[in-house]
Amino acid sequence: MAEITLIEAVTQAMAYEMRRDPSVIVLGEDVGVNGGVFRATAGLHAQFGSERVLDTPLDETTIAGLAVGMAFQGMKPIAESQFDGFIYPMMDHIICHAARMRSRTRGRLHCPMVLRAPCGGGIRAPEHHSEAPEALFAHIPGLRVVIPSSPARAYGLLLAAIRDPDPVIFFEPKRIYRQYKEEVPDDGEALPLDVCFVLRDGHDVTLVTWGAHVKETLEAAEQLAERGVSAEVIDLATIKPIDFDTIRESVKKTGRCVIVHEAARTAGIGAEIAAQLAEKSMFDLVAPVERVTGYDVPIPLFRLEMKYLPSVERIIAAVDRTLAYR
Amino acid sequence: MHTVARFHIDYVRYLDEDGQLAADAPAFAADNAVLLDLYRRMNFLRCFDSKAVALQRTGKLGTYASCLGHEAAHVAIGLAMRQEDVFCPMYREYGTQFVRGVKPREVLMYWGGDERGNDFSGPRHDLPWCVPIATQCLHAAGAALAFKLRHEPRVAVSVVGDGGTSKTDFYAAVNSAGAFRLPYVGVIVNNQWAISVPRSAQTGAETLAQKGIAGGLHCIQVDGNDPIAMLAVMRDTIERARTGGGGTVVEAVTYRLSDHTTADDARRYRPEEEVKQAWAREPLKRLRALLEARGIWDQAREDAFKLEANAEVDVEVNAYLETRTQPVTSMFDFMFAELPHDLREQREEVVRWEAGHHG
Repeated sequence: MAEITLIEAVTQAMAYEMRRDPSVIVLGEDVGVNGGVFRATAGLHAQFGSERVLDTPLDETTIAGLAVGMAFQGMKPIAESQFDGFIYPMMDHIICHAARMRSRTRGRLHCPMVLRAPCGGGIRAPEHHSEAPEALFAHIPGLRVVIPSSPARAYGLLLAAIRDPDPVIFFEPKRIYRQYKEEVPDDGEALPLDVCFVLRDGHDVTLVTWGAHVKETLEAAEQLAERGVSAEVIDLATIKPIDFDTIRESVKKTGRCVIVHEAARTAGIGAEIAAQLAEKSMFDLVAPVERVTGYDVPIPLFRLEMKYLPSVERIIAAVDRTLAYR
Repeated sequence: MHTVARFHIDYVRYLDEDGQLAADAPAFAADNAVLLDLYRRMNFLRCFDSKAVALQRTGKLGTYASCLGHEAAHVAIGLAMRQEDVFCPMYREYGTQFVRGVKPREVLMYWGGDERGNDFSGPRHDLPWCVPIATQCLHAAGAALAFKLRHEPRVAVSVVGDGGTSKTDFYAAVNSAGAFRLPYVGVIVNNQWAISVPRSAQTGAETLAQKGIAGGLHCIQVDGNDPIAMLAVMRDTIERARTGGGGTVVEAVTYRLSDHTTADDARRYRPEEEVKQAWAREPLKRLRALLEARGIWDQAREDAFKLEANAEVDVEVNAYLETRTQPVTSMFDFMFAELPHDLREQREEVVRWEAGHHG
């Protein structure tokens, strides 16, 4: 079995589901012959043809609106937003239609679509190519929001997203698209869309993160271990709905929680996790919850972007602050 | 320098304001049964509309968007479509929807604050009412794309207002319908007013129909108060789209004789003289004049029909008024195919609250 990268796992999942289900189609800008600007759809056009892999006119509103229209007529569109920063014109169709079609028609119509977009910074990209908008979508009732952090999880979660009968926003952390390879059997096995994954067991502090920052967070845990601090690392994976049971279980054990995300801090997903811990786990906590996040500024152009993104050092410093409480 | 492309917009009208039928009218205009059917449907629609406004004024309905003056355009669209086609309305096309099987009580439920109005008994694949303006045009294009990819001989029809043609979504629908050569007919029901903003303030274009030219669609302007022209144009454009001949933008020129909705007061921005003149051009009057000239309609028949129509509307109104409010948990129950754990918790919270457990 070949080892593949995260982006190859994305392609593999789409190809598997397109073979299995003829109603699955892919649409977006440059997703056809070119295979997508990151090559997420590489080979799909050759394999499935122009009636399954559609290059659209260059307009995000068009992509989202067509996807909604196709979905309520029984197709399963996988729409691609070429970059995170281009996703905003799509939001009207996602919020006002995709997310509430089932509810407002009392189940008569529904919208089984996936909106895929690369997300996050750290690849020295031009302006508007490095955003982390997951909280904007997580706030919208009727959506599921998913961000994988490994090739295997990208494969299993994307399969689940495509099979889900309701709209799923699927963000792909572009910084780790090709970070490493692992064996991902092309067996069509989906992963659940309502659990997070404990990547490392620990008993002193719980580190919660997702997407590309799983990398820095695991590195921080490794360095902390060298100092005798045992950190548990949780990959949230599904941003909405959040698997709080797993987080609360972990915090019950560790008494400390540091949340790491690259999106801006205010009203980010970290705020929701901290609020839930305050509501339901206050007496398990021995230290205030810490957030290590992007700042409330647009992600800087690439000369300064690494100063914006949470670093291993910032994560360790936050953990140290929580460790000051006994 | 030489001309590389040249365009024009045709205008279609067969039945004038006085009920005179043009010599080149389509063959079906000689068929009294077709004309009587059109007239009865338009007349019923007006009875319904007037009743709905009265319900709102007496506190028995929420805000309601009247269709007064749009009857010819709306009914003709319905009669030209097949059941398997998909209709993507804005929010006042009850005339189309009644033809397709939506019940008046369902329209009232929607404006009466009950989502079950959207779970209507018309074609189950038709879209519900669309309030955000023009987004439905792209959904229709998406549906048309699905039909094309599945090789189904079906057509998607959307309706948008004159103001809606200023939206990105309208242009995007026109553009993608042209780019993919979709079985799509986009009807602009140009009633001259987008709430308080007149047609002249929306665009510098001479016609709204011509907005389809840039997308590579057929474009045509119709007298939207002429039910014969509307039916002829809708039949032609829908069948052309069905048989692979490409999509069309149809501009139906009409007039909104009512306020925008019951929450609006058009006297604030619209001259009375303009409205008075518009009443002279309204669609029922001219079709009735033709029917009377043919000796197949008169005041007695009008009175009898009104009596019957109002009785039918009353049955629908009573059914609506007797509808019990949905259980509070219904707000959760249709969010997802399977309720996620976070919503299950919130649903239980509401159940406990409603049971009186406020602790």
